[in-house]
Amino acid sequence: MTLLEVTLLVPLLGGVLLAIVGHRPVAGWINVAVGVVTFGAALAMALEVFADGPQLSPSRMFYIDAFNVYLVVLTAFVGLTTSIFSRPYMRHEVERGRVTDRRLRLYHSMYQCFLFSMLLALSTNNLGVLWVAMELATLTTVLLVSLYRTPEAIEAAWKYFILCGVGIAQALFGTVLIYFAAESKLGAGRDDTLLWTVLHDMAGGSLDPAVITLAFVFLLVGYGTKVGLVPLHNWLPDAHSEGPTPMSAVLSGLLLNVALYALVRVKMLVDASLHTNLAGQLMMGFGLLSFTVAGLFLHRQHDVKRMFSYSSIEHMGLITFGFGVGGPLATFGALLHMTVHSLTKSAIFVTVGHACQLAGTQRIDQIRGLIRTQPAIGWGLLLGTVAIAGFPPFGVFISEFLLLMATMKSWPWLTIPLLAGFGVAFAGLFRHMQRMVFGEPPPGQKPVEANMLPVVVHLALVLWLGLAIPGFLSRWFEQATILISGASPL
Amino acid sequence: MGIASLDLYSQAIVLFAALALFTSFIMLAQARMMPLIFTFAWQGLLLAVVTVLVALVSNHPHLYISAALTFALKVVVIPWLLYRLSVRLGMQYDAEAIAHPTLLLLGGVALVIFSYHVAQSIVHLSGLATRNTIAVSIAIELLGMLLMCARKSAVAQVIGFMSMESGIFFAAVVSTYGMPLIVELGVAFDILVASILFGVFFFHLRDSFGSLDVGQFNRLSEANQSMPLREAAGEPSAGDPA
Amino acid sequence: MDSQLTAWALAAAQALLFIAAAPLLAGWLQRVKCHMQNRAAPTVWQPYRNLSKLLRKRMLLAQNASWLFRAVPYIVFGAMLLAAAVVPLIAVRLPSAAIADMIVLVGFFALARFFTALAGLDIGTAFGGMGASREMMVSALAEPAMLMAVFTLSMTASTTNLSVATGYILEAGLVLRPSFLFALLALAMVAVAESSRVPVDNPATHLELTMLHEAMILEYGGRHLALIEWASQIKLMIYAVLIVDFFFPWGIATGFGAKALAVGVMAVAAKLMLLAVLLVVWETVLAKMRLFRVPQFLGFSFMLSLLAMLTHVVLETGG
Repeated sequence: MTLLEVTLLVPLLGGVLLAIVGHRPVAGWINVAVGVVTFGAALAMALEVFADGPQLSPSRMFYIDAFNVYLVVLTAFVGLTTSIFSRPYMRHEVERGRVTDRRLRLYHSMYQCFLFSMLLALSTNNLGVLWVAMELATLTTVLLVSLYRTPEAIEAAWKYFILCGVGIAQALFGTVLIYFAAESKLGAGRDDTLLWTVLHDMAGGSLDPAVITLAFVFLLVGYGTKVGLVPLHNWLPDAHSEGPTPMSAVLSGLLLNVALYALVRVKMLVDASLHTNLAGQLMMGFGLLSFTVAGLFLHRQHDVKRMFSYSSIEHMGLITFGFGVGGPLATFGALLHMTVHSLTKSAIFVTVGHACQLAGTQRIDQIRGLIRTQPAIGWGLLLGTVAIAGFPPFGVFISEFLLLMATMKSWPWLTIPLLAGFGVAFAGLFRHMQRMVFGEPPPGQKPVEANMLPVVVHLALVLWLGLAIPGFLSRWFEQATILISGASPL
Repeated sequence: MGIASLDLYSQAIVLFAALALFTSFIMLAQARMMPLIFTFAWQGLLLAVVTVLVALVSNHPHLYISAALTFALKVVVIPWLLYRLSVRLGMQYDAEAIAHPTLLLLGGVALVIFSYHVAQSIVHLSGLATRNTIAVSIAIELLGMLLMCARKSAVAQVIGFMSMESGIFFAAVVSTYGMPLIVELGVAFDILVASILFGVFFFHLRDSFGSLDVGQFNRLSEANQSMPLREAAGEPSAGDPA
Repeated sequence: MDSQLTAWALAAAQALLFIAAAPLLAGWLQRVKCHMQNRAAPTVWQPYRNLSKLLRKRMLLAQNASWLFRAVPYIVFGAMLLAAAVVPLIAVRLPSAAIADMIVLVGFFALARFFTALAGLDIGTAFGGMGASREMMVSALAEPAMLMAVFTLSMTASTTNLSVATGYILEAGLVLRPSFLFALLALAMVAVAESSRVPVDNPATHLELTMLHEAMILEYGGRHLALIEWASQIKLMIYAVLIVDFFFPWGIATGFGAKALAVGVMAVAAKLMLLAVLLVVWETVLAKMRLFRVPQFLGFSFMLSLLAMLTHVVLETGG
């Protein structure tokens, strides 16, 4: 059994196992154990790829190169740390009576199935299967968003289901169009026409430009909906804020990345056959729009999880913009930003989850004095926000700085909206932070059982990436950058 | 190429495709639940028949499988599921007030013209006799989307969703003789799961809102976020541990 | 020269046959309907009896009736007569067909309708005005639908001439054209609305609030009424023949031989009888709809004809 098979099968079997035992107290530990095994296998596979180069599975159904392997590792890692956090969190939710045994079982099982679908989406070589896995990721999470069964949660889940459904259907159509374009070149009757490796090898100038442009527009709308690009973002703040917090962490931290990964994979094909920067320019436009609009929306939020969801849209917009700018430097920056945003945002959601349990509400104006009641949560939230706002010495600063540099080099005028956007987002985040963290705690506010290990590990990693990107990681990013942009940034 | 130069099978394909487009329009304007579900089933049947005909004409046996998938999902399982749920929820005689039906239909016509325009730029790649139906498949997809956007009832939205999926499947059939089998099976699996989840959701919606009218969703709209008076009105806020 | 003369004679004979047969179609319709509804049926000649009785009756005119009121029956009947002359009933390629095309045909209908509405207003009774306004509303909606359907057909045949178009369709043989299917449905719906049949109007009723066409001609009597009734029977027949010509033209005579003409007469008679049966079934199954539903009904038929046009452009040409 190869490492890839382990990485994929363990979460799937874990999901099945947890569907049976998911309501017992031991389930939280099983969840963690599955996460550990998945992460171990992913890491080992990454080292293999790092040493031997890209791997194509014998059936050609799976393809692992430097680009997706690092996302596989990141997904497995955040999946693991979030499962560590979710164990005490969900127990607390059960004690408060918000979650019944049946729903807890559903939660545990779907958590692993969700991780499986993301890993499948990342590792598959077939664009059709990629779509199937993306849709599966929606299907596995939609019942988790409505886990609390409040009217708000149901509304959020329905919006998530419907809007993502509409969006992702466009992506399927785009996939059909790519297949159409490829088949007219490769001839009918082949069953490997949708394989990314086959398409990429033949793409150089031979796919019909009209079809491939149309396909990219549909795919951009489709996967862009899942990335949360404005104006297709409506579902995102709802879905990310109404579900249980561990779900928010993995949705914001991981699923957005996976959707963007799909988009970038397609962009690589489109660039190779169009020889223009059309795809990049479209992505830049959508990215910049999302970045700006989401930054402004940060200011109107009254729900802390909603606020950070908008922050996710903002950062995904920035990353999309970075991939759109193209070129080695921007691509490197975007890849780095994907990583640090994932780590930071999931850490923030973990902290926010505990903070909400502490205050008994998600409303910003009712969360007060975290640092006095429970310093760990207060500091965690403060540092997380500092990190996500792009302060040095955290990694987000480095990646944003790189993106800014790259923009200045190729589109100097666009640095102005970017800088303005940073300022707006910063102000939006910090106008509420001070009172939430430092203010006077309401009487009777008591500490909760919290596991801050994931937060500490994530923020430490982000800090490390900010101070010095370790050599193996930078070489890894470099390989991915060469794959995507065709040149080395260093 | 003109239709008169096609053989009778291909003419039948074109005819059924046009009828499927017609059912899309009917669904757009159909306010009552039961006829809506049945029209959807009819559309599924038409598309399944087209798929069989394409399989016959082009001698692609694997298209029979996708025809069977379409038939099983779009004609049997999903309509049956929706029908059962409507009866269980006691809403089989419900009718939805459609705002501006004429405008909706004209919008649909505009979408057909748009899909024709889109398809014009790509059909030349296809050597298939029935390649003109690509525009129809795009139109069915977009009309499904319009149905989802314009209608407020959850059932209508689900039907719009499924109709979009049908359109895409149809596009694959008429432009490239279907997708690779693994993809088709995967997509069919996803649709099956989605339809079951939709069923689960109907009950949740009914329990929380008392109806399947999603037009009354406003708790999470951005316009309401800036109202700091939500708790003053005695309403529990989102995520409040009541 | 001689064949020219024969052709013109044939054309005149066809037009005469057309107007002579129109009451027969109405009688047949009435008879089938009675059978379908388990009523004792009058003979198929009943409309002729009605007409001759009306023709013989003394005329009563309202005191404030103007010359317009007196002229309208002749204008309406004349318009229908001319319209009937250009529609190929038993043979195509008759010389009279070259006089006018489909658009003029629609124009004849509009002319007749316009003057009927004026006559309804002329007397100044409440019913006349109400009928006129309702009739205009219906026709304003029905006309675009009919034109669009007709355009679809003429785009297929690349002509607006009725006779040439019918000949083209005859020659093309059996082609499954989706646009024809939609155009047929649209045209049938328009025909139902325009010839005042259920569910848009009920020709048999004089119930005040539901009348459309009848309300306008309420003040007419005697010869005038006979002409108007006859004209509306011709109109129904024109619609029926149009549908038959466009969608099921097989059997119509292309030459002027006696055998071909005989086959043409038989074929068109059989087809019209069948069509009438279908119309009766439709009228028996449906109830008359509220007036405010009529725009929806006609909007649907407009959409059908639009769809016919679109499918023609999208699916049947190009490539």
